[in-house]
Amino acid sequence: MTMTTTRISGTINGREVTTEVDNATLLLDLLRDLGLTGAKPSCEMEVCGACAVQLDGLPVSACTTLAIELDGRTVETVEGLAQSADALHPVQRAFLQKSAFQCGFCTPGMIMSAKALLEANPSPSRDDVVHWLEGSICRCTGYESIVEAVLEAAEEMRNG
Amino acid sequence: MQILSDFQLHRPASLDEAVQLRSELGDGAALYAGGTELLLALKMGVLEYEHLIDVKRIPGLNAIEVQGAALRIGATATHRDIETSPLVAEHVPALSKLARHVANVRVRAAGTLAGNLAFGEPHADPAALLVALGATVELLSSGGRRSLPVEQFAVGAYETELGEDELIEAVVVPLPTAQTRATYLKFQVLERPTVGVAAVARDGDAPTVVVGAVDEKPVRIEASDGVEDYVNAARDAVDPVDDLSGSAEYKRHLTGVIVRRALEALAA
Ligand code: FES
Ligand code: FES
Repeated sequence: MTMTTTRISGTINGREVTTEVDNATLLLDLLRDLGLTGAKPSCEMEVCGACAVQLDGLPVSACTTLAIELDGRTVETVEGLAQSADALHPVQRAFLQKSAFQCGFCTPGMIMSAKALLEANPSPSRDDVVHWLEGSICRCTGYESIVEAVLEAAEEMRNG
Repeated sequence: MQILSDFQLHRPASLDEAVQLRSELGDGAALYAGGTELLLALKMGVLEYEHLIDVKRIPGLNAIEVQGAALRIGATATHRDIETSPLVAEHVPALSKLARHVANVRVRAAGTLAGNLAFGEPHADPAALLVALGATVELLSSGGRRSLPVEQFAVGAYETELGEDELIEAVVVPLPTAQTRATYLKFQVLERPTVGVAAVARDGDAPTVVVGAVDEKPVRIEASDGVEDYVNAARDAVDPVDDLSGSAEYKRHLTGVIVRRALEALAA
C-alpha cells in the first residue's frame, strides 16, 4: 500500500531537517529512525512521559504527535542538550548530583519536561515542579530526588 | 509501535477554506487540532478517516479575547493557552484553574478546549463548568453561523450536535459579574476525572450546579434549598455505570461528596 506523504521542514536539536514523511508517521518514530532514541515508547497513550520532547519549547508526547507537526517548528530532544560529558545542561547535572534516576528509562523525558518548565518558569515553587511533572512516571526513584534535582537546576540556571 | 492507517492531510489557511473542505469531504474527514484524543483513537483503530483537516495553522483561530460581554476562546486555543491567559485569569479564574488541571502538561500543551468539546469524551473536565457558566459554541459551515449552548451541543458519549459540514469557531463564555462566584472541583485517581462538579452562583442567586464525567454528558442539578438539598438531588440525578474509575454506587456517593465540597468552597 502506498502511503500519502508530506514534505516537511523543521529544526531538530538546532539542525534544519527537510524530509518527506508518511502522514501517518508519529513524531516518536521519526526521531527514533533518525537515531534519536532518548525519547522512548512506553505507554503510547500520553500517560507516562517517557516519550516527552519539546515542540516549540513545550513538552509533548511524541508517541501521540504526528511527525508532520515538525513542519515549520522546532523539536528538542535530550540528545541536543550536551555535546560532551563535561558540557552537561544544568538539568542533566542536577539529575546526576541528586541521583534523580536509577534505571534511566524515564530520564530523557523527565529532563526535557523539566527543561521546558524552567524555560517557561525560571523560579518554580516545589508545588509548581510537582504539578508540572504529574504525568511523568518513574518506576524507580520515588520522585523526591527528581523534584529536588529540578529545583536545584532552577537555582543554578537563575544564578547563570 | 502502533500504526496509524494512511490519511490525506489538508491544511486550510483560512476558515473559509476549512469550511469548504468540511462540506466537500463530509464524514470522511476529521477535524484535527491538538490530536490528543483523535490520535489515540486512530492508533487504537477505533476511528479511521481518509482525511484529516488540520485547523491549527489557521491564523488567529487560537485567539482569546473579550468581545462585548463575553470571553471568546478561539477553537485552536490550547488548555495551556487558557491556563496562562491573563484575560481568562481576570474574568473567569475558575476556567484558568480548570485548564491548569486538565490531564497532564503535555496534553495541555497540545489539546484544545474546542477539540475537547467536539470529541465528546464524557470523562472530561471542561464541559461541566462551561455549562454552569452558560457558555456557547459558535459553529460555522458553508451555510452560515449558528450558536449553541454547550449544554445542547453535548449529546452523549462521543456524540455532539456538530454537523459533518461544520466546525467549531469559538467557545464563548459570558463574562461573569463581579459578584459571581464559580468553582470547579474534581476527584480523580486515573488519567481522567471520576467526578467533576461545577458550581456557579450569580449575584447571590441559588447556585447552578452541574456534574460532569459521571454520565455521558453534564448533568444539571435541580435544587434550591441549601447544600443538603443539592447533595441529595445530585445523588438522585446522576446515572453512573461501573467502570475502571469505580462502581456505580461508589460514583454516586462520590458525586454527593464533591457537590458538597464544591458548594462549601463557593460559600467560603
Ligand atoms: S509513551 Fe508517550 S506518554 Fe507514554
Ligand atoms: S529511573 Fe527508572 S523509571 Fe525512572
